[in-house]
Amino acid sequence: MAIEKNLHVPKTIKLFINGEFPRTESGRHISLYEHGSQKVFAHVCRASRKDLRNAVAASLAARGEWEKRSAYNRAQILYRMAEMAEGHREEMVSLLTKINAASAGDANQSVDAAIEAFVYYAGFADKFSQVSGCVNPVSGPHHAFTTPEPVGCVAAIFDDNIESILALPIVAATLASVIASGNVVTALLPSNVSAQLAPLAEIFATSDLPKGVVNLLTGHQSELLDHLASHMEVQSICYVGSDRTTQEKLKTLGAENMKRVICFAPDANPTSLDRLAGFVEFKTVWHPIGH
Amino acid sequence: MTTKRALDKKSKAQAAKIAPVEKLPKQAKTGAMKFEYAPSLESTDIVRIEKRNRLFIGGKFIEPSSEAYFTSMNPATGERLADIAEAGDADVDLAVRTARKTYENVWSKMSGRERGRYLFRIARLIQERSRELAVLETLDNGKPIRESRDVDVPLVAAHFFYHAGWADKLNYAFPGQNVSPLGVVGQIIPWNFPLLMAAWKIAPALACGNTVVLKPAETTSLSALLLAQVFQDAGLPDGVVNIVTGAGATGAALVNHPDVDKIAFTGSTDVGKIIARAVAGTKKRLTLELGGKSAHIIFEDAALDQALEGVINGIYFNQGHVCCAGSRLLLEESIAEEFVAKLKKRVAKLRVGNPLDKNTDIGAINSAGELKKIKKLIQLGKDEGGEFFEPTCAIPDKGFYQRPCFFSNVSSSFTLSRVEIFGPVLAVSTFRTSQEAVLKANDTPYGLAAGIWSEKGAKIHKVAGQLKAGVIWANTYNKFDPSAPFGGYNESGWGREGGRHGLSAYLDVR
Amino acid sequence: MRSVSMTDKAGRTLALLVPPVDEVGATERAEFFTKRSIKKESKIHALYLAISMCDLTTLEGADTPGRVRQMCEKARHPVPPDVFQSVAGQKNLPPIPSVAAVCVYPSMVSTAVKALAGSAINVASVATAFPSGQAPLKVKLDDTRFAVSEGANEIDMVINRGAFLSGDYQLVFDEIAATKEACGEAHLKVILETGELGSLDRVRLASEIAMRAGADFIKTSTGKIQPAATLPVTLVMLQAIQDFYMKTGKKIGMKPAGGIRTAKQAIQYLCMVNETMGSDWLTPDLFRFGASAMVNDILKQIFKEATGRYYYDRVFSLD
Repeated sequence: MAIEKNLHVPKTIKLFINGEFPRTESGRHISLYEHGSQKVFAHVCRASRKDLRNAVAASLAARGEWEKRSAYNRAQILYRMAEMAEGHREEMVSLLTKINAASAGDANQSVDAAIEAFVYYAGFADKFSQVSGCVNPVSGPHHAFTTPEPVGCVAAIFDDNIESILALPIVAATLASVIASGNVVTALLPSNVSAQLAPLAEIFATSDLPKGVVNLLTGHQSELLDHLASHMEVQSICYVGSDRTTQEKLKTLGAENMKRVICFAPDANPTSLDRLAGFVEFKTVWHPIGH
Repeated sequence: MTTKRALDKKSKAQAAKIAPVEKLPKQAKTGAMKFEYAPSLESTDIVRIEKRNRLFIGGKFIEPSSEAYFTSMNPATGERLADIAEAGDADVDLAVRTARKTYENVWSKMSGRERGRYLFRIARLIQERSRELAVLETLDNGKPIRESRDVDVPLVAAHFFYHAGWADKLNYAFPGQNVSPLGVVGQIIPWNFPLLMAAWKIAPALACGNTVVLKPAETTSLSALLLAQVFQDAGLPDGVVNIVTGAGATGAALVNHPDVDKIAFTGSTDVGKIIARAVAGTKKRLTLELGGKSAHIIFEDAALDQALEGVINGIYFNQGHVCCAGSRLLLEESIAEEFVAKLKKRVAKLRVGNPLDKNTDIGAINSAGELKKIKKLIQLGKDEGGEFFEPTCAIPDKGFYQRPCFFSNVSSSFTLSRVEIFGPVLAVSTFRTSQEAVLKANDTPYGLAAGIWSEKGAKIHKVAGQLKAGVIWANTYNKFDPSAPFGGYNESGWGREGGRHGLSAYLDVR
Repeated sequence: MRSVSMTDKAGRTLALLVPPVDEVGATERAEFFTKRSIKKESKIHALYLAISMCDLTTLEGADTPGRVRQMCEKARHPVPPDVFQSVAGQKNLPPIPSVAAVCVYPSMVSTAVKALAGSAINVASVATAFPSGQAPLKVKLDDTRFAVSEGANEIDMVINRGAFLSGDYQLVFDEIAATKEACGEAHLKVILETGELGSLDRVRLASEIAMRAGADFIKTSTGKIQPAATLPVTLVMLQAIQDFYMKTGKKIGMKPAGGIRTAKQAIQYLCMVNETMGSDWLTPDLFRFGASAMVNDILKQIFKEATGRYYYDRVFSLD
């Protein structure tokens, strides 16, 4: 007997932590509806503080290895993400059209921009240290050079109000730029677009990216943001959004361990050197020049 | 004086047979002589210190509207050196408004080439008045004249000289991006390198086209005010640099002033955090150079005699009042005993005393408060069970002095290993492998600097890469240059000072 | 740490652990001593000490007994006592000391011994085919024995740089040990000729070898090769001596030679000795200057301190 047409299998969108797709340990969810209807399209996990803690712990564990990878290897993996994104194009387009009622053209453009971001940062991973590092002409018998190094464990926080059609490229670009230099990241995705972003997790999971380098959480920012911003193992916060109160809160909470809080407006250029430069520390190394 | 030769002068042949020279005894019979260095005091005639020192606003020295003054002491004697105006909110407001007006009407309209000319002139005037600046710095701060003369002041001139050349070349600093100045910059600097920190702050700010309100530390305002005279002599337009002296309240007024576009602060991490929270809700930019607890790693394959000097320079330079001081010495176990023995001998040779004596290696602690803090931490170290070494050298009876000292057999869990002492106190512990050395070095919330000593290049590069610190000195320590970016990871601060990277702190780069 | 192993005459293996030297750091440290400001009574003290540590030297093909005798007179009395008395009398300065030694070729030793009879001044002779050292060992040892038999009580030998630079450290060691034996009771100063060694690492290694092989002093240079003594080279040799003392309890002397011409330089070296070794080494028994021209400059400084005038050489003789 044929199954009724409307009786599809609603997807449960899970968290992405340490390369795996766990449900939230809290057993809570948020329902997402198809555009303009009461029809549940999918359930998203409503991550808890504990999920957040696990995600940060996973990223910390991944930090050493990812940092050590050659820039060339990171570039290869980022390019692989572009390839995998191309494979997920139809899925991403259909999500955008179904949930947001985006036109196929707009949806495709959004996917194009996301793919472009992966390609752009794949190409930058092994160049930005040449662009932003230098040899310093110090006075005296010393060789002194300055190179960028990843800042470490980054929290990426996306404003809930980011326009759905923009969310895909913004999130892709932000995460790609942060990990390109060797950082690890735990991201709090905009809750109203979580479903549309779900394919990103699958892209990260299948691009030879070491587990834990990228961790994705969905849920209520009001529950999680303070804990992420005050987490002492997080060295830097990337906030994409324009809410001044949130910015102030992140900066105030982050001051306890001197987090670098870098804010980008949602409409800021997603592909630029700024995005890389915000999440590096410059290290200057001196050595004598003698016999 | 010389060895008496027991040579039989009459017979050469006999002479050859009967031991022409007595075997030199262990105790040389002429007696080795103690070589004391007589005091060699730098003259203070060159410096004229005003009794009352006013604020520098709009190119003029003016009375504070608060009419309040506080006393600045000579830490070498504990005697009053001068009175300094204490800027209140209204004074800070006047300074900021003056800086704003000057930014709008004068400085932002000027070409980079012209700005650069002023900076070059300032650099030259500093060189010409170098002795005066050095002596004043030593009087006010307590640092040895050898250091203010040979390190601080030359670097001050170098910073202005270096940044002068950037003023008309900023578009080459960030190719492919547009740069513009930020506007009015509020700068708050510490007492450990009063003049040098003023230069680190002012030179790049002006080169990038900003105007400045500078607040020196309350115990060391004088050299900044002398620098103001240099600005006047250089013809720098009035109001480009304004100096408001005062303590924490003056600094807070500057940080919280709504018309300041950027705050640059060098000082303690605690105050850095307060400032970070204070500007969190504003559009103000913020760069911070904060504290440190930097590790100094000595591997067994190091050039040990040079490493020893690096360690000495690392912790005892400027009485240890250095944010990047190598205050945690990590010794590979195989050489630890030998190295500590050498260290004891060397520390005992350091000359503590009058900072104006050209032979003084370690001068005065900047204030009674700092000395008290250092003494307290030393006591804590003893209580925690560190093995304490301090030479017995004499110190002046007046003024604030601390003998150079160190603790060996220190554990990472001791307070000594964790808190910034900001004095001539070194914590020594050991490690077994380079992995352990890196782990211990990174075991701190700070991340300003680190030192590595090894003659093995591959090891140097590997360890340098693994250390989470903004400045790595390999086979050297405490080297500074205006072209070399300086600044910390983690709780040691935000941003870099010096070099191309330091410029971005004073520019909007798009 | 570099390890070089030697076999001594008794067939025992000696492992020499030679720490590396960082040239920039050593130079920086050495230059530190040029910043010391030695004034007033400590300056006078240092200047007197420096004269008493001097080895007045003549090592020319043109040396004659007459020339050597003249130098020996200068060694006894760097300033004629009456001249000094007339100038420095009011200041109550002590008499100028004689120098530590004169240093001549073996053929001039007997002349020097005669000329210095009754004085406390040592006679040092260069030997071992000075300055090149390029002669068979037998010749070098005969050279040494001859100088000793003529009355020299200090021998300044040169190391075999050819052997050293080609890596034959054992040969360098053996030659020093053999020369030491040939010296009998005479003191052996071993000249490393640091200007030919090429690096401070090698200076350190050569110092170790020389001390292990029996040197009483180690000495930088022959004076025939540039650069001769420098502050960094001297510092590294002093540090080698210090480490050797820490290990063995044996005090080895140091002699920088060549290139030291002024009182100012002398004081810099003395500050270095004082702060690197301590006052134990501030004696002619353990520190010497191979610096003839320096004596007159020191005298000028002493006269300046005594009279307030800047002086000329003519008052004490140009010898």
